[in-house]
Amino acid sequence: MSETLTNPSGAPEWSDLPVQTRNERFASTQPEDFPAISARQLEWRLSPIDALNALAEGELAGGHYDVTVIGASYDWVPMATIAGRAGLPEDRVSARAWSMTNDALHVHVDGSGDPVVIHRDLDGVRAGHLVIEFTPNTHRSVIIENHGTVALAENVEIIAHDGSNARVIHLNEWDNRALHAASHFVRIDKDAHVDHILISLGGAVQRVNPAITLAGTGARIESYGLYFADGGRHIEHQVFVHHKAAQTRSNVLYKGALHGNGTRTVWVGDVLIGPDATGTDSYEANRNLILSDGARADSIPNLEIETGDIAGAGHASATGRLDDEHLFYLQSRGITESEARRLVALGFLLDIVGNIGIAELEERLTATLADALDAVESSA
Amino acid sequence: MATLQIIDLHVSIDVDGGSKEILTGVTLTINSGETHAIMGPNGSGKSTLAYTIAGHPRYTVDSGQILLDGKDVLDMSVDERARAGLFLAMQYPVEIPGVSVSNFLRTAKTAIDGNAPSLRTWGKEVKKAMTDLKMDESFAARNVNEGFSGGEKKRHEIVQMELLKPLFAVLDETDSGLDVDALKIVSEGVNRVKASTDMGVLLITHYTRILRYIRPDYVHVFVGGKIAEEGGPELADRLEDEGYDRYLVESS
Ligand SMILES: Nc1ncnc2c1ncn2[C@@H]1O[C@H](COP(=O)(O)OP(=O)(O)OP(=O)(O)O)[C@@H](O)[C@H]1O
Ligand SMILES: [Mg+2]
Repeated sequence: MSETLTNPSGAPEWSDLPVQTRNERFASTQPEDFPAISARQLEWRLSPIDALNALAEGELAGGHYDVTVIGASYDWVPMATIAGRAGLPEDRVSARAWSMTNDALHVHVDGSGDPVVIHRDLDGVRAGHLVIEFTPNTHRSVIIENHGTVALAENVEIIAHDGSNARVIHLNEWDNRALHAASHFVRIDKDAHVDHILISLGGAVQRVNPAITLAGTGARIESYGLYFADGGRHIEHQVFVHHKAAQTRSNVLYKGALHGNGTRTVWVGDVLIGPDATGTDSYEANRNLILSDGARADSIPNLEIETGDIAGAGHASATGRLDDEHLFYLQSRGITESEARRLVALGFLLDIVGNIGIAELEERLTATLADALDAVESSA
Repeated sequence: MATLQIIDLHVSIDVDGGSKEILTGVTLTINSGETHAIMGPNGSGKSTLAYTIAGHPRYTVDSGQILLDGKDVLDMSVDERARAGLFLAMQYPVEIPGVSVSNFLRTAKTAIDGNAPSLRTWGKEVKKAMTDLKMDESFAARNVNEGFSGGEKKRHEIVQMELLKPLFAVLDETDSGLDVDALKIVSEGVNRVKASTDMGVLLITHYTRILRYIRPDYVHVFVGGKIAEEGGPELADRLEDEGYDRYLVESS
């Protein structure tokens, strides 16, 4: 049931294509099939090109790195043997990561029980490929904890086989210097259900783009994202959901808070409902909370429908400031303005945290976010 | 004994291309333990008075004073006023997504008292206040006012008043939208706080019904942004019979 992707000869000029056409986007594992990245290309037009050139040009270390995996077996497998079952690169950095990685880290998840934890603390300038595979009927969570100063170009493949119930939480708590450009390919087979939760904190630049294929009948995705950007960081997520099979369901919700001069977040959501995806239901939404002047959030939802027979499809996008009436209400009960701001902003973000479903992690993240908002309020 | 004084208060709001005067000289003194009812036609400025006391940024005080035991309330921020002992039960309580009732109540109590309430007794206190106002315990886990019915929002305002124990409470149409049972429950809540803390009350209402449960010491008729007449409880009954026509003619 893997995704079939066409590989036309030569890369088209993306800026010539209409924005909505995600269907036939070019894919290749060869970096030279893609031009140097520039703001003239559709998929890079909102990205910090100069910073990302550290990953789009030059050498990337592609060998094994130190990793701790708790609760599941793993091995390093040659790329040629294992890669490409959930998707193929659709941009230059992804293709470079693919071609410069020797072995993929393959984590094999089965059964049920405590969450699997993959912990990495990375440095240097490197490429990586991670494959997380849920065997049929597995019911399990995987937490990927990322730390370090690394400049990392990576592809992640998540494969949820028939009937599996998979929850994958990416907890990116990078060092302030880190660069992270990743493509996540998620393939969901018949009657499988995936919760894909992406938490993006820290780093100088994070650009993590999940491409989710609902490949089998009855497949479902809950795709959640949470980002907190301050101090001039750039955090970007381009989320693509492809309803390929019939009776599939998707729900996408990304929420972010921004603070500080030059801080920038980008969210692009594409939902494609293919010709065979009858009876599907989809919803995507992005909400941004701007906590100071000088911060900017871009939010672009798109929907392409190629069948007449769907159960529902909707999208929403909103970017705004804290509501004065909320603050007034809290202050009228004696709560100081800065505490009120913190409470409301935290409440906005906790909406996503509540979907993690692992109490210990939810508590830790709540404390992290509360601290981050404290820092922002005391700097005001 | 505390005193809240409002002296010749003039308040305006910003409207397209200028400002519009809403309060045109309100003078009123409330002492601890007293209940003052304010009645008046729609749009006469009752909520404006309530919000101005609480310090809502939408309203500009052009002249006049508000003093709490001689201290200048207009100089205080919204939260300082609350910590000084003023409470506003709003006509339209605000929904706050993502902030749970229990977290909100604990944070507010901590702010008002200056230190966190005792873990041991606070839970019981909240539970009692909610039970007294016939709010199910499950409300504690819900977000502040989110999805509450009109009547539930009003009861939640009174739960807060019971827990925060203000010196003076302004109740802006707390009775509107309450069913007959809820009206009694809310009134009992107000009377309970009055009895235990000697709180002063400014009760804004359109209906005499609530005044049967919460006996006012004074009734003020509010017309055109100021008090047009003052009297005892009997004035409320007369208003119910005659309406505001008399005052509207006089003021035009
Ligand atoms: N933005 C605005 N532009 C113009 N007039 C406004 C604006 N906001 C408030 N007002 C006016 O201020 C006046 C006073 O309003 P307020 O809410 O204080 O009345 P109220 O006495 O509480 O009425 P009700 O009994 O209906 O609650 C009203 O006439 C209202 O229309
Ligand atoms: Mg009113």
